[in-house]
Amino acid sequence: MNIQANFEGIVRGGETLKQHRDRLMEATKRTGHYAGIKTLELRDSQPILYNKLFSRLRAGVVDARETAKKIAASPIVEQEGELCFTLYNAAGDAILTSTGIIIHVGTMGAAIKYMIENDWESNPGINDKDIFCNNDNLIGNVHTCDIHTIVPLFHEGKLIGWVGGVTHVIDTGSVGPGSMSTGQVQRFGDGYQITCRKIGINDTLLRDWLHESQRSVRTTRYWMLDERTRIAGCHMIRDLVEQVIADEGIDAYMKFAYESIEHGRQGLQARIKAMTIPGKYRQVGFVDVPYEHEDVRVPSDFAKVDTIMHTPSEITIRPDATWRLDFEGSSRWGWHTYNAHAVSFTSGIWVMMTQSLIPTEMINDGAAYGTEFRLPKGTWMNPDDRRVAFSYSWHFLVSSWTSLWRGLSRSYFGRGYLEEVNAGNANTSNWLQGGGFNQFDEVHAVNSFECAANGVGASAHKDGISHAAAIWNPEGDMGDMEIWELAEPLIYLGREIKASSGGAGKYRGGCGFQSLRMVWNAKDWTMFFMGNGHISSDWGLMGGYPAASGYRFEAHDTNLKQIIADGGEIPHGGDHDPENPVWDSLIPDALIKRDKQAITTEAMFKDYDLYLNYMRGGPGFGDPLDRVPQSVADDVNGGYLIERFANSVYGVKLVKGEDGLFGVDEAGTEARRAEIRKQRLARAVPTRDWMAKERERILAKDAGVHVQQMFAASFKLGPRFEESFRKFWDLPADWQLQEADLPIPSYGREYSMDISELPDVRTVKFVDE
Amino acid sequence: MAYTKNKIRDLVEGTIDRDTLHTMLSTPKDKERFQIYLEILQEQVPWDDRIILPLGPKLFIVQRKSDRKWVVKSLAGHEFCDWRDNWKLHAVMHVRETDAEMEELYPRLMAPTTSWQVIREYYCPLSGDLLDVEAPTPWYPVIHDFEPDIDSFYQDWLGLELPERAA
Repeated sequence: MNIQANFEGIVRGGETLKQHRDRLMEATKRTGHYAGIKTLELRDSQPILYNKLFSRLRAGVVDARETAKKIAASPIVEQEGELCFTLYNAAGDAILTSTGIIIHVGTMGAAIKYMIENDWESNPGINDKDIFCNNDNLIGNVHTCDIHTIVPLFHEGKLIGWVGGVTHVIDTGSVGPGSMSTGQVQRFGDGYQITCRKIGINDTLLRDWLHESQRSVRTTRYWMLDERTRIAGCHMIRDLVEQVIADEGIDAYMKFAYESIEHGRQGLQARIKAMTIPGKYRQVGFVDVPYEHEDVRVPSDFAKVDTIMHTPSEITIRPDATWRLDFEGSSRWGWHTYNAHAVSFTSGIWVMMTQSLIPTEMINDGAAYGTEFRLPKGTWMNPDDRRVAFSYSWHFLVSSWTSLWRGLSRSYFGRGYLEEVNAGNANTSNWLQGGGFNQFDEVHAVNSFECAANGVGASAHKDGISHAAAIWNPEGDMGDMEIWELAEPLIYLGREIKASSGGAGKYRGGCGFQSLRMVWNAKDWTMFFMGNGHISSDWGLMGGYPAASGYRFEAHDTNLKQIIADGGEIPHGGDHDPENPVWDSLIPDALIKRDKQAITTEAMFKDYDLYLNYMRGGPGFGDPLDRVPQSVADDVNGGYLIERFANSVYGVKLVKGEDGLFGVDEAGTEARRAEIRKQRLARAVPTRDWMAKERERILAKDAGVHVQQMFAASFKLGPRFEESFRKFWDLPADWQLQEADLPIPSYGREYSMDISELPDVRTVKFVDE
Repeated sequence: MAYTKNKIRDLVEGTIDRDTLHTMLSTPKDKERFQIYLEILQEQVPWDDRIILPLGPKLFIVQRKSDRKWVVKSLAGHEFCDWRDNWKLHAVMHVRETDAEMEELYPRLMAPTTSWQVIREYYCPLSGDLLDVEAPTPWYPVIHDFEPDIDSFYQDWLGLELPERAA
């Protein structure tokens, strides 16, 4: 029984929030148009007014972001711009968003919808000048360190919408310091969890909240100033909305607040038709979770296994320009911090789309209503267990999304829109994190955001941009060294391009970069690594190669204090060629860890220890033998390519000029390229011959346990994936692959408990499961 | 916004000027691009079959001149298969699955670990051109990455007559 029906609701017009949203969703489902809005009356009848409303509100949310971020002390927010503000209508659907980490268009909306569906209206009540806070991953947040501040908007005593602000905080009090820590394997270790809590009334933060929250995290000052950043931005936008209503009238504003979303939905459909080709596109993404290693210390034996996260996808673009994205075959959630909620998985895809398919300022929930997503329940991006951890959901979000670029790029390439082709995005790592007492003798945590500047994937007409961007923030940058040295007790001994990190190709992927940090003036200090290592997430496109994968370099007991005192040579610059390292011999007494273990948990560091922060590159496009030879020489001269790969990958014969720079031996290059083509064919076999041999390996179960576990887990959740696998390899019925038969634990395989099974909890379903 | 054939040729050849590129990226798409693009590509290929849809810099769906069948064909002239099939199954290929093979491409430590991920290279059997690279785990099926609905694309989306297609 819906007892709300007997009460006057708080929404303008008298509906309760639940009634309001139910009516909108029913009309959307019935008509295929958002809220049943088939014609854009305001836009069609008063286009100037419509665009004026749009422009003022959009400019206002961007202005709020740019102004409010100056309040923050955290370089993550102030330097990297890891914040975003979004304006919502009463039902929690986004109307407009600012620049920045726009994945939160959906996540803060999911929090508002959770409050609506669980009757926050009657308890704890929603009033003008209230302030709510949320970071709960189980209802849609990306990861625990993204903190939402949500403020309801009222007009003449009735709710007309919401405004949300989000920042990525530097620490959430999780098991390990840093915002995206690795040691915990369940939510309970992810740190401070806040579920749409009312934290302020009458525009004033409640004292119990202030006391509790500041002691729940390590970096109290950053936490409190981040919160003021979010509140200031929300209140700027609230003031703006009040002014717009005063100027243009409440009726026009309310019409805009719903019509604009249908406008966004129609806009997506128009762009699909204008840019793509109908049909089916298939691709797949992987990332490694190498937890069996001794330097990954987790509390639970059942989590100490090597696994691979796997997401195949099929994009179907229909003749009517609607589309569906199906992720059948994806891996089950796991005992690590790389799980994601369906809302963050789908919202992040909009961040991608804003960079090619929908590059407009009107980013709102219309695009989400225009897309069908299928994320099978129980997968890593739609978990069915309330224990799962999320603190570094990006590990696989970025690695799974990168495959979608390839699918869309096939359509852009086919139509001749080469300017839109992108071979993929980098795996945005490494994440330098850790904590202890800093140079100011305060309890501290660090989370370097240098990897907001990874390499970009190559296009079909130019190289990817080097050390430039991150998929999760279209405006990211690497930040100033001087600022990071203030934020972290780590001195820079070098910062340079990571040679050969971009994937090879006719157009190469952008290269990442690397920073060599020396611990200085830290006490009781720890750090760890977080990134891909055994697997390169990015494949390259149409003959381009994947970006390089990751590794770690750390050095302890370096004796650098004495070497410096003696005026000796010290490691500096970059680890130019890890196959032929030069630093190691300069610190002969040091304990050096130089290996493929790119994920670790907290390790102890002390002053003069070293840590290499290596940011990944992007994938390449096209056959490297088609690259302009002089471009290869330029890459070597510029530090983008290690010299020997000019010959082995690109078939370019370099000649050194008198100025010390490389040029090209044209005839030698032509001959070398012809030779490589011959070598390729000499060692190649018909695909079906290879398949016959690979089939034998499958029949013999000849693969690592981590590979077998990946397939077994995907088979269980994705019966169509298993069917296609069996059909492709023509496997006999008695060939079975089940996790239960593998020599590693698979807790969570049979038993799980969803958040929706808790008493008095109504979750919101956003995707086809 | 429409562009001259020369400008689109510049784009295809990787020499497009920045101003035009910026316009291409930031303004609504030019619907006629597809036909101009096909004209440019048709002038560049060494054979007479009509290009129906480009699949890569050196790979096309074409209408075979001799019998009007649609097939997947490389720039060098190899015909792989019917346009609806997965051309990779009809290519020649090599799998990099040792450290030494990976280290032809990447410095040690920056290459994938071959027990986790391999690199599969698909070549044109005539020229040795590298047409596609897959980088999955061992055992992974060859991916049929694109099944275009060319009928709807030509007729419904672009308003073009569908080229003849023999059964």
